[in-house]
Amino acid sequence: MSTRQPILRAEDLHVWFDLPGDSELHAVQGVSFELRPGERMGLVGESGCGKTTTILALMGLLPASASVAGRVHLEGEDILAKGEESVSPHRWKDIAMVFQGAMNAFNPVKTIGSQIAEPMELHGTATGRAARAQVRELLELVGISGERAERYPHEFSGGMRQRAAIALALACEPHVLLADEPTTALDVMVQAQILELLVRLTRDLGLAMILVTHDLPVVAQVCDRAAVMYAGEIVEMGQMTTIYHDPRHPYTRMLFAATPDLLGDEDVLSIPGAPPRLDHEIVGCPFTPRCDSAFAPCPTAHPRRLEVAPGHEALCHLNDHLVAERPA
Amino acid sequence: MSAERDTLLEVDGLVTRYRVPRGVLGAIARRPKETVHAVEGVSFTIATGQMVALVGESGCGKTSTAQTVARMVDSEGGAIRFRGREITQLSARSLRPLRREIQMIYQDPYESLDPRFTVRDTIEEPLLVHRIARGKEEREQKVREALVRAGLSPPELFIDRYPHELSGGQRQRVAIAASLVLDPKLLVADEPVSMLDVSVRAGILALLDGLRKEGMGILMITHDLSTAAHFADRIAVMYLGRIVEEGPAREVVRNPQHPYTRALITVVPKRDPREQTTPQILTGETPNPIRVPPGCRFHPRCPIAEPQCSEVDPSLQRPRDAATPDHRAACIITAPGPSADEVGPDGDGAPHG
Repeated sequence: MSTRQPILRAEDLHVWFDLPGDSELHAVQGVSFELRPGERMGLVGESGCGKTTTILALMGLLPASASVAGRVHLEGEDILAKGEESVSPHRWKDIAMVFQGAMNAFNPVKTIGSQIAEPMELHGTATGRAARAQVRELLELVGISGERAERYPHEFSGGMRQRAAIALALACEPHVLLADEPTTALDVMVQAQILELLVRLTRDLGLAMILVTHDLPVVAQVCDRAAVMYAGEIVEMGQMTTIYHDPRHPYTRMLFAATPDLLGDEDVLSIPGAPPRLDHEIVGCPFTPRCDSAFAPCPTAHPRRLEVAPGHEALCHLNDHLVAERPA
Repeated sequence: MSAERDTLLEVDGLVTRYRVPRGVLGAIARRPKETVHAVEGVSFTIATGQMVALVGESGCGKTSTAQTVARMVDSEGGAIRFRGREITQLSARSLRPLRREIQMIYQDPYESLDPRFTVRDTIEEPLLVHRIARGKEEREQKVREALVRAGLSPPELFIDRYPHELSGGQRQRVAIAASLVLDPKLLVADEPVSMLDVSVRAGILALLDGLRKEGMGILMITHDLSTAAHFADRIAVMYLGRIVEEGPAREVVRNPQHPYTRALITVVPKRDPREQTTPQILTGETPNPIRVPPGCRFHPRCPIAEPQCSEVDPSLQRPRDAATPDHRAACIITAPGPSADEVGPDGDGAPHG
């Protein structure tokens, strides 16, 4: 897997939102990562950390009040280079997204099938009878009987609407799927069904997936790798097992400690304080006021992004000694 | 946890049903009247200083149970006893003092607080409604005490704020303070942390845990088994209006006896990527409480069902492999015993409803 070329590469991605009265919110602050075919990466963090903004930027779907900087290479091509002009040919065809709450966003007066056929006809990948045949295939792929294409959204249960939303995202056979909290409103049993489906799709179709969620155990179950976001930055990224067993950023460790585990015995510990506001420049490490390990450099110097082990990077002064030991 | 605890709440064979409106056309077409069997014979007790978690998927009847216990919804059968007193049939008027003692905490602190009310107004309101505390000064004193008890200290920092100036966790604490100001004996918390960020959830749960240690009885409604396993003393797993398994929290998650609980445990994602179990995914959708299957209501989805499961409605019995005496499951295979038709679903006494 690691030998394959990345299919998606974000480089120093920034997003600012204009706020009323001449101020800006720096929602995404230099996010970089790579994603390989068939790989499942979790993008984890609390509300407001910039995870949804990041994937909306990858899709070129940010509102007009946002400005974007950085590069997003999709199969080698920089799709941010010329704004809408360079991203629109790829949107849905090469990179697609399942929006948060997508299962509730179907048009109630149109059949599920006709709504899944829409992007095919729009992008000219299939029309008429061919599109209808493809819709049935897609529905079967996500575990819904093809005959149900003629049914309306209200005739589907929540779990089935979510499957249909995934089928819709797959309509134009993308290579990268971005899924924003795809199981948040679902019961655990239905969640398990959807997660199993997502794993199967990446395995069978070689689809690369970014799973955006606040739920660490979901990432632990489904993803190979995880990127933990805080205050607009990826503060730690690596193999999921490494991040769990050897976290190199206190936020990652504290986030795990705040998550109850079904069979765990340890106390569940909240993280004091709240994330910083992103409408002014932050001096030092943004996690300092909440961190249980902060020391001298943290309030004043922004930490460097360091590779603490191959494929494992963190943004924390606790790892600074690694640089001191290494010849420059 | 003190060894001797008083029973605070006793729920016995509770039944709650809702009629489905069939509309004018439905009446003309003489469509049969339909009933949602939300709660069908649920029994449990809560002692002082005890937290009981009702766990289950949406539509299992956990919220209906909570609302019936808090007398916000009328029951159709069974009994609710609070501090030894039957409250099932109390009139709205005689319920009033009871409302002080049983307080609800809701899921969404963004909706449960009035945006035009300051924190002081929000917490003072119940005092005014219940005509507790004489005069402004005593009320102010009680409001401040409630804030401190809810972990919003010093109170000066919060008392004049509006909800929009507070974080989600702080809002939930204000909602809890507005309950605590009445000095309740039982808190009914319906998904109290599911809308909150992970980092603040533990703080709210620790607050509830602290209140429990001071002697508060807590009924927590949650879909999250991991949270229930960590914070509750006992877990009751609900399925289609019934408790299908009930016991000490640790026992229920480590030694589950009902096939439904067993399946649920396998699909809960674990924190450690290496500890993931193969999810035992049940086929079929969450069932419909309008058309409840005959016999064991779980049998159509049950991986170990036998022919008699479609005929015998199991009562809660001690399972063969239970490690503690106070662990019960409603399954004729893992916990053989008489049918609920003979003894009632809770395994003792006459049938209810």
